Amino acid sequence: MYAQMIKSEASTDDPEKLKEFQAKIDANIKVEPRDWMPEGYRKTLIRQIGQHAHSEIVGQLPEGNWITRAPTLERKMILLAKVQDEAGHGLYLYAAAETLGVSRDDLTEQLLNGKMKYSSIFNYPTLNWADIGAVGWLVDGAAIMNQVPLQRTSYGPYSRAMIRVCKEESFHQRQGYDIMMKMAQGTDAQKKMAQDALNRLWYPSLMMFGPSDAESVHSTQNMAWKIKMNTNDELRQKFVDQTVPQAKYLGLTIPDEHLTWNEEKGGHDYSDPDWSEFFDVLKGNGPCNVDRLEARNKAWDDGAWVRDGLMAHAEKKKAQVAAE
Amino acid sequence: MSKEWPLWEIFIRGQHGLSHRHVGSLHAPDAEMAIKNARDVYTRRNEGVSIWVVEANNISASSPSEKGPLYEPSESKIYRHPTFFDIPDEVGHM
Ligand SMILES: [Fe+2]
Ligand SMILES: [Fe+2]
Repeated sequence: MYAQMIKSEASTDDPEKLKEFQAKIDANIKVEPRDWMPEGYRKTLIRQIGQHAHSEIVGQLPEGNWITRAPTLERKMILLAKVQDEAGHGLYLYAAAETLGVSRDDLTEQLLNGKMKYSSIFNYPTLNWADIGAVGWLVDGAAIMNQVPLQRTSYGPYSRAMIRVCKEESFHQRQGYDIMMKMAQGTDAQKKMAQDALNRLWYPSLMMFGPSDAESVHSTQNMAWKIKMNTNDELRQKFVDQTVPQAKYLGLTIPDEHLTWNEEKGGHDYSDPDWSEFFDVLKGNGPCNVDRLEARNKAWDDGAWVRDGLMAHAEKKKAQVAAE
Repeated sequence: MSKEWPLWEIFIRGQHGLSHRHVGSLHAPDAEMAIKNARDVYTRRNEGVSIWVVEANNISASSPSEKGPLYEPSESKIYRHPTFFDIPDEVGHM
């Protein structure tokens, strides 16, 4: 998912107030920006929503890489629309985080200086056009798994942002799967590219859900607060079960020789990704970490004169109107 | 870091005949740009026919702590609802 390993912050608030707050959440009453909330709830949410927003924005880079190289004008327009949507998702989420008392520029700065993270998945490269199909199919597919339940999250602005995001997200997954279908039904070389993309992106997609957290105290607290709705393993299992028939339809093989249907649990058994790779990527050692942060920093620095120019113009106009 | 663009709240009329509804917020240097940006993010799939933008710090809001005094008085005034009154069937629709 787009927010990984979110540690919950401890609260040092009045136990009576905490109890009242929890009762409200248990009754499914949404928390709104000006309502009282525990400091831990606020801080954890800022971290989670911020990381989610950063992922939407950084996630534009691997796909944006292929806008100018899409195979047809139609594919180009579709991909452009998809990447534009992701910019909107980032905006909705930043706006939700801002209601918690952090500024947009603060969050941006923390992304740019590496203090805040974005999803590990975007540190992998998109090497060819089939990867664009696989990203839509698997990466957006995994994101949806996480975002659909978050529509019911306890924090009102986050929940509303998720509802908007989910409305747009299924287009993303479908356009990816559509690319995969074309490739898988194409020439032998195209089919090989599709299989190769699945081979490379399968485990990084499973990593998106984060390591097992069934026993983590952070996970328990965040689930009680309803800012996390399912354990990582639950969502990963759902993702695997959903994806297996989709891969089968494409005639592609999921790169896991241990993948089998388990009648008893009513789901597939599958191999875990290499978690040491995951932690390494989080630490900054993935194939594209440096590129991604460089690209975001460059965009921010190169855009400074535009932001400043427009602001100066707006202030000048305001002064003129005031003088009249 | 340079000065942050102000925050605007965005209201959209979804269809002719409906009221404008709050849909979200965005940053923009002035009202004109706020409308342009709102058009770009909030009306991408025919969601609107009209946009209002209001700078967020111009909005005054009631406080959550006033919930009781503000809204509870209306709870006891059930005669404000038509169902409070029994009208005989013979009278016909009213
Ligand atoms: Fe998204
Ligand atoms: Fe998406």
